[in-house]
Amino acid sequence: MNATNRTVVVTGVGATTPLGGDSATTWEGLVAGRSGVRALTEEWAADLPVRLEDLPVRIAARAAVEPADVLPRPLLRRLDRSAQFALIAAREAWADAGFTAKAGEDEAIPAERLGAAVATGIGGVTTLMTQYDILKDLGARRVSPHTVPMLMPNSPSAHVGLEFNARAGVHTPVSACASGAEAVGYGIEMIRSGRADVVVAGGTEACIHPLPIAAFSNMMAMSKNNDAPEAASRPYDAARDGFVLGEGAGMVVLESAEHAAKRGARVYCEMLGQGLSADAHHIAQPEPEGRGIAAAMRHLLDTTDLKPEQLAHLNAHATSTPQGDVAEIKALRQVLGEDLDHVAISATKSMTGHLLGGAGGVETVATVLALHHRTAPPTINLDRLDPEVDADVVGAEARQLPSGTIAAINNSFGFGGHNVVLALRTV
Amino acid sequence: MAATKEEIIAGLADIVNEIAGIPNDEVTEEKSFTDDLDVDSLSMVEVVVAAEERFGVKIPDDDVRGLKTVGDAVTYIAEHQS
Repeated sequence: MNATNRTVVVTGVGATTPLGGDSATTWEGLVAGRSGVRALTEEWAADLPVRLEDLPVRIAARAAVEPADVLPRPLLRRLDRSAQFALIAAREAWADAGFTAKAGEDEAIPAERLGAAVATGIGGVTTLMTQYDILKDLGARRVSPHTVPMLMPNSPSAHVGLEFNARAGVHTPVSACASGAEAVGYGIEMIRSGRADVVVAGGTEACIHPLPIAAFSNMMAMSKNNDAPEAASRPYDAARDGFVLGEGAGMVVLESAEHAAKRGARVYCEMLGQGLSADAHHIAQPEPEGRGIAAAMRHLLDTTDLKPEQLAHLNAHATSTPQGDVAEIKALRQVLGEDLDHVAISATKSMTGHLLGGAGGVETVATVLALHHRTAPPTINLDRLDPEVDADVVGAEARQLPSGTIAAINNSFGFGGHNVVLALRTV
Repeated sequence: MAATKEEIIAGLADIVNEIAGIPNDEVTEEKSFTDDLDVDSLSMVEVVVAAEERFGVKIPDDDVRGLKTVGDAVTYIAEHQS
């Protein structure tokens, strides 16, 4: 059980996103080029301490399916919205991987060999604010006893671990918008190092609330294209003006190839590994030349079996901010050289918005399905490619990927200068 | 006016239904909150706060530990309501 460098594969996917309540609907939406961004409504603002017209940003990519329509009421009272999304996506991924009961009860996986690595960038921020309002308005006695287990950032991971009886370890890497990808990377390492045979991994976020909106907006990070919500998230387009806040979760079931073969599981693709680095540049600004991103790419190439000539697809971080989108492409060109020319680049945030800590999870699911279906999703709203983007960005129409063995990478970068690059390959 | 025993049981059933999702008719006097009604120690605090509000009683934390069954709570509320 102490094997190292074991091959890790993906055997299950699950998601609940602005495009759909499961991974299949989300994938359909991505391939069709649907936008999940909508205008925020008076109804949404009704219970909030702010008038809608006072917000500088009045658009967001809210989840297509409300957790309240899927989960029983007692669970909704005990789980922050971020944990609700995580649980919904994790249940789908678990069933998709062919497990029929929790670890230990399903004989295919003992509880001691199952892990969970589920991240969030922000944690239970809406729980904190709701309970603060209760404290002010109704008094200390009325503050929910579930507040702390709801707002702690490891709550989604802990609930996923409880749901499936994960006893090998339950973890929550936190690195802002790189959190979800870092969790998937952590899951890969848990299996590589022999700590677990199966890990449920991914990311979740739920912070569409006036406070984060005002805060991100005051950082000049968000699109203010309030009049045209569906056109607001436009990575790589010359007229992009910031990201659009999204919510939801994406999860994968990672498994050692040996374990998957033994139980006859369907395998989507191989997870080759991760490249990591940090910018050490600025708390929130991307390093303009993408040096940190390039370092993560080099770490990936140095430590995995990824062959640049096999790279056919990239799910870019590309959040639609003026600086970040260009820095990422510069870094890729610097490291991959001419090999970047045969990489079909998709910026799925053009459709889902930016799910922050959930992005790495949802985009890992999207990359897994892109390899599985050999289809690179479109990048919508790309009317005029920024001349500084010297790369092959998939435009309005989805594109077929080549046959044979192909590889893909999924990039996620976070405030704080965290860079995570994941590599995947067809089997 | 003080609530009758039947009214207290009905009120607790509403509360337990809201918090734990247990059907009202399953909330009967002999049932244990923890073992039968899916009310863990955290949710028990929610039940107590809701009961305090509904029946106009104060249930100090030290007394909550003694409320194992629905019947225990009914007796406590009946004795302490104003």
